[in-house]
Amino acid sequence: MHVEEKMTVETWPAAPEKQTLDAKNKFLGFWLFLGGETVLFASLFATYLALKDSVPRSDMPLAKDLFEIPLVFAMTMILLTSSLTSVYAMYHMKNFNFKKMQVWLGITVILGLAFLGLEIYEFNHYVHEFGHTFTSSAFGSAFYTLVGFHGAHVAFGLLWITTLIIRNSKRGLNLYNAPKYYVASLYWHFIDVVWVFIFTVVYLMGMVG
Amino acid sequence: MSTNAQKRGFGATLWDYLTTVDHKKIAHLYLIAGGLFFLIGGLEALFIRIQLLKPNNDFVSAGLFNELLTMHGTTMIFLAAMPLVFAIMNAVMPLQIGARDVAFPFLNSLGFWLFLFGGLFLNLSWFLDAAPNAGWTSYASLSIAQTGHGIDFYALGLQIAGLGTLIGGINFLVTIINMRAPGMTYMRMPMFTWTTFVVSALILFAFPPLTVGLFLMTFDRMFGANFFDAAMGGNTIIWEHFFWIFGHPEVYILILPAFGIFSEIFAIFSRKRLFGYSSMVFATVLIGFLGFMVWAHHMFTTGLGPIANAIFAVATMAIAVPTGIKIFNWLFTMWGGSIRFTTPMLWAVAFIPSFLMGGVTGVMLGSAAQDYQYHDTYFVVAHFHYVIVGGVVFALFAGAHLYWPKMFGTMLNEVLGKITFVLFFVGFHMTFFIQHFLGLWGMPRRVFTYLPGQGFETSNVVSSIGAFLMAAGVIVLLINVIITSVKNEKVGNDPWGDGRTLEWALSSPPPYYNFKQLPLVRGLDAYWIEKMEGKKGMTPAEPLGDIHMPNNSFIPFLISLGLFIAAFGAMYHGDEGNTWGIPVLIFGLLFTLGSMFVRSIKDDHGYHIPKEELIDDNDKGVKA
Repeated sequence: MHVEEKMTVETWPAAPEKQTLDAKNKFLGFWLFLGGETVLFASLFATYLALKDSVPRSDMPLAKDLFEIPLVFAMTMILLTSSLTSVYAMYHMKNFNFKKMQVWLGITVILGLAFLGLEIYEFNHYVHEFGHTFTSSAFGSAFYTLVGFHGAHVAFGLLWITTLIIRNSKRGLNLYNAPKYYVASLYWHFIDVVWVFIFTVVYLMGMVG
Repeated sequence: MSTNAQKRGFGATLWDYLTTVDHKKIAHLYLIAGGLFFLIGGLEALFIRIQLLKPNNDFVSAGLFNELLTMHGTTMIFLAAMPLVFAIMNAVMPLQIGARDVAFPFLNSLGFWLFLFGGLFLNLSWFLDAAPNAGWTSYASLSIAQTGHGIDFYALGLQIAGLGTLIGGINFLVTIINMRAPGMTYMRMPMFTWTTFVVSALILFAFPPLTVGLFLMTFDRMFGANFFDAAMGGNTIIWEHFFWIFGHPEVYILILPAFGIFSEIFAIFSRKRLFGYSSMVFATVLIGFLGFMVWAHHMFTTGLGPIANAIFAVATMAIAVPTGIKIFNWLFTMWGGSIRFTTPMLWAVAFIPSFLMGGVTGVMLGSAAQDYQYHDTYFVVAHFHYVIVGGVVFALFAGAHLYWPKMFGTMLNEVLGKITFVLFFVGFHMTFFIQHFLGLWGMPRRVFTYLPGQGFETSNVVSSIGAFLMAAGVIVLLINVIITSVKNEKVGNDPWGDGRTLEWALSSPPPYYNFKQLPLVRGLDAYWIEKMEGKKGMTPAEPLGDIHMPNNSFIPFLISLGLFIAAFGAMYHGDEGNTWGIPVLIFGLLFTLGSMFVRSIKDDHGYHIPKEELIDDNDKGVKA
């Protein structure tokens, strides 16, 4: 099958993200990249665990003083839902339904933006209510670096998916852009998985420990 | 891109190399850039040896000495050894597996330019402000306290260069998994391809911890974070862990390709297939795996406690087992073979005892209790130079001579090659053998001078003379390169006569599409099998058809340039009265993101070489 070929529902293959050699390479390469990213976040988690509640003065806020479950629970639900909507988008991609795929990706982006907005509100809250900043303590540095790296990944993912939606809006699906959509959705799932760990290790364990 | 071999102007050639995505040309770029950094790092080593030539010397100041030793180590590891290894991987690995290019030609180019801009950034420190001066390990308690921008150059420069290496690693992994020619099963892959494969996996998992470590250092030094500041609750040991979780796999990242190159050489010049191929593969994978389990043996004196030290000591010694398997396999490859002592073979034969000595001192250092005696003395310096120079640098010299015809179409002079070998080999052992004893006698490493009457004088003179012999060897090699390039006598496909693997079935240098028809691989040492059956070349595995090729691109250069600019903004923004730092940082990052955006929205389908043109080539002989 050729990349530039005009596709129809009938000719659209079952696994459009892996039809050409370039696509297969992209698929595998991206999985490997996510392997590297996993080590990157593992390192950040290790740093956070080593420096958790490590503050220079006893009057400074600790994890148990800072975090409130309702807000981060809402953020978690929003991001998990956005992962689900990106699955719907990929479902429609496999069925060659371009319009529905674009709509579900649009919803994914909106949910991602909502998550990012809440995260900014959350950081702002810690800074102004508690004086918990990036520079106030080793705990602060480690917290904002871990959660901020995740936030930066979310922001990059939003730019990426938005670019894909706009760039391809007029031309529909083909075997050239299908793998691009697919790896973007893989990336989005990865961000979601990392957040599940942040929710557990930083917030839930922060509340009890 | 023109398919005609015609004389082109300098500008056109320069533009071609700035935009190339061809793995063979990127190999040239890695070789030239890595070679230049090797000369710079070598010059720094000479300055160190001149300073230590006699007691109380004042050739360089104490401060400059710290900069020299830091930049020597950093340059040699990150900017010389790694890119030179990458040069040979790029030049040879795709040919060995019968591929037309790597999986991601664009990323291949991006990886190179990131490395180059990172290396330039690091070395600009000599001219702007001051060079890094906290040792190549840059331990945090020291490095966050250093004034000036030296350490900032280190953190940012290595960040950019490291990104390039990571990209290269992923690229090679996908290439080897997805792009092997028909019949090229994993257990038929040449040993050098196997080591490239394992090394790429190590890069993928070892570089992210360095990335994080460098980010933490950048944040601490430039953005007011407190990861390593004990007064603010920080912990400097975090840096040590990250550095060595990266740093120990890094030495295997360097040495495994060296093992691969020597495995090829022993087989070629003994005219025998590599002894114990499958055990070699097993040993390579095992070394790669164990490489991640031993990082704390660099930290025995940090105070992690006897349990941790014992575990890491045992794991460290375990690595001697697969390495020993390899040594014996190489010896048995030569056993009963019809050996030819060409220049590459001389390096390979000299490598075995040299590297073995580094391995033995490694086991000594790996014993935690003994390590307390050796730590931070010249014994350690001798040890790691025996493995890095006696292993990696020997392999790079051997590989350069072996693959020079495949990369440039002409042979390096054998007589000059042997002179290089003798000078360098003698110089190497003179420089570093005596340093074992200097260490045992109590000379600490990283000190800028020593007092007379401590028994260090003669040994240091011997060591310094050895360094100059090594330099002489390198100069002979440079002369050899110039003479060879001027003469430019073209050679055929298999100039050594005994090539075993697919790269020797192609013309030297190969055409830009490598294989007109992908070859059918019928076993280990695919080309040797065909030769033994009296065939001239490989049997094609596919009919002649159009060849799909990637387009050249200038975007990798621009993406890297953006990060280079951003690094200056990040570094200077905290200076007193600085107003342009943050805008430049943002501009640089936007420049990079913008370049990535352009790459994303512009479709790049590549182009096809029509079948007719390839048939045409057949009549006139292959051209590139």
